[in-house]
Amino acid sequence: MQRQVIAIAGVELELFELGEGPPLLFLHNGGGFDPEQPFVRLLSARHRLIAPSHPGFGRSTLPDWIDTCDDIAYIHLALMDRLGLRQADIVGCSIGGWIAAELATKSPERVGRLVLVCPEGVKVGPSDRLDIPDIYAMPEDELERISYHNPAQMRLDPSQFGDEELAIRVRNRETTALLVWEPYMHNPKLCHRLHRVTAPTLFVRGESDGLVSADYVAAYARLLPNARVATIGEAGHSPHLEQPDAFARTVLQFLEAN
Amino acid sequence: MKAWHFSENAYPYLPPADQYESIRVSLPNRIYDPEKGAELYDRFLDEWLIAEDEGMEIMLNEHHQTATCVDPAAPLVLAALARLSKKARLLILGNPIANRRQPVRVAEEMAMVDVLSRGRLEAGFVRGVPYEVLPANSNPVRMNEREWEALDLIVKAWTTHDGPFSHEGRFFHYRAVNIWPRCYQLPHPPIWISTTSPAGAARVGAHGFVQATFLTGFDGTRAIYDAYRRGWREAGRGKDVPAHRLAYAAMVYTAPNEADARAGAEKLLWYVTSNKVPPHFANPPGYVPVQANVAMLRGAEHPLSAFRKSASVDGAIEAGIMFAGTPDQVHRQMKKLYDHVGGFGHLLIMGQAGFLEHDETVLGIRTFARELYPRLKEEFPDTAITDSLSLRGA
Repeated sequence: MQRQVIAIAGVELELFELGEGPPLLFLHNGGGFDPEQPFVRLLSARHRLIAPSHPGFGRSTLPDWIDTCDDIAYIHLALMDRLGLRQADIVGCSIGGWIAAELATKSPERVGRLVLVCPEGVKVGPSDRLDIPDIYAMPEDELERISYHNPAQMRLDPSQFGDEELAIRVRNRETTALLVWEPYMHNPKLCHRLHRVTAPTLFVRGESDGLVSADYVAAYARLLPNARVATIGEAGHSPHLEQPDAFARTVLQFLEAN
Repeated sequence: MKAWHFSENAYPYLPPADQYESIRVSLPNRIYDPEKGAELYDRFLDEWLIAEDEGMEIMLNEHHQTATCVDPAAPLVLAALARLSKKARLLILGNPIANRRQPVRVAEEMAMVDVLSRGRLEAGFVRGVPYEVLPANSNPVRMNEREWEALDLIVKAWTTHDGPFSHEGRFFHYRAVNIWPRCYQLPHPPIWISTTSPAGAARVGAHGFVQATFLTGFDGTRAIYDAYRRGWREAGRGKDVPAHRLAYAAMVYTAPNEADARAGAEKLLWYVTSNKVPPHFANPPGYVPVQANVAMLRGAEHPLSAFRKSASVDGAIEAGIMFAGTPDQVHRQMKKLYDHVGGFGHLLIMGQAGFLEHDETVLGIRTFARELYPRLKEEFPDTAITDSLSLRGA
């Protein structure tokens, strides 16, 4: 695993790279990128996995002007420029999926195949009901319960982390709030832009995901010209963490299909 | 020393606390009876006017979606007080400008009250406590930046008198700001800022605004005042920081005899004990610095939440967040804090809370105003210079 820092538009962007093969840009969720997670090895077995920490996550800096997923999509497009990637497959999880969707509406030709894992970013339901439950208005154990298929297994113990690691986790949470607070978990423009996406797209949803519902993902997928949905069992909002094998199999099968 | 009667306009007629998740944000308003609410508004306005008759000043504040403070539009009550009162200074502490979408509207409201009251407004501004962000749908990240941009814009709106100016900032955008009326006081009403941590106090000191702090006790208050004094001096405002630049808010109950004082003080504790708020409302991401959240994950607890669990009158007095007793006792308790923190010029008196009834509230106001206030004014004059070192060493 290679780690480097690249300066882009005032952001000191932390970047991880692993593996060889066709480029695969991995855009992490609100929890940040952890190179030790088992899915990382699986995805990089036959791909050059390129995983930036979004501005304000991990050890990437956060300039004052950035406050939306839309902003971050431009940073990652610039990253592709910098790395000389005319086109790459992209896998994005949760808000990483939202960022990937934004990116694909701006420069459709830069995306080979697109995998959106439990993504937020659009508003498809009625105005008097949140599409995504309010994660800032529920107790932590309730949030864990609806986020994971097996919350007990996924629970983090702060005492296992050093202060710096813990600070990164706290900051990841803070930056997520900055990005998703209002409009809550969506960009009202995105649903009117998704028609531009040309990449074959796979939506992946954890069967037990209590944040991103099956109806939401189905409606989201209908906004893209060429998208379908795959469901992973015994997984919640982070199938890449709860079911890394099934997740990697599903993703790689889609990326390598011809 | 100026003393201010402060009442949160609480609505105390609630079901048992174990029957609701939170007294703030999510408590259904079906519990609120508008008939009782109207009586309470009348009563609280009367109490402010009684405090004015007794020579005290008037202070009010604003919170949202909560039974602890049913004053979600403080400028409205302020406007009523501007007409009902005759001589008291009127302190709003404050306008939650990190959560108000239209700072220019705030400038207009304050200018209006200043004119209505013929220059009796003291305009306070606050960032807003953490549980205010959901009612306002206000992003908890970068609140300080929003607060300061809004404040600069408000001051400019107050002090620009030659037609429209534009503001294209980070958070707020206006093309033609030109408020009517302009302020009665020149160049503008005194500005107050509240804080509960030293982090922002140096900046407040650099501006020379009045720094208020709430229930921060002995060491917390001293740290905040020290930061303020440092900011004041570093900005070149001179070595001497006048006491009238610093304010302290405490629960205060004074009665002629100890038994009545104790009974009133017990009721005042409601202000702290009723504040049942779950962590997800009390600590939204980004509200406190990353390092403070790391400390909390390691088990640290906010001093006030720790206090709430074992709240007692003696504990509150010990912590310096309550002054209660006979006039002599209150004097002693207050002087102890005054000396410890280096002096202050304003005592913000949380003088009504929960089930402290009208007669009891008035007894507290009158005893304080008649038996103690004259002494405080003499002993702690407005012209005093605050200095933690000299006072502590004396």
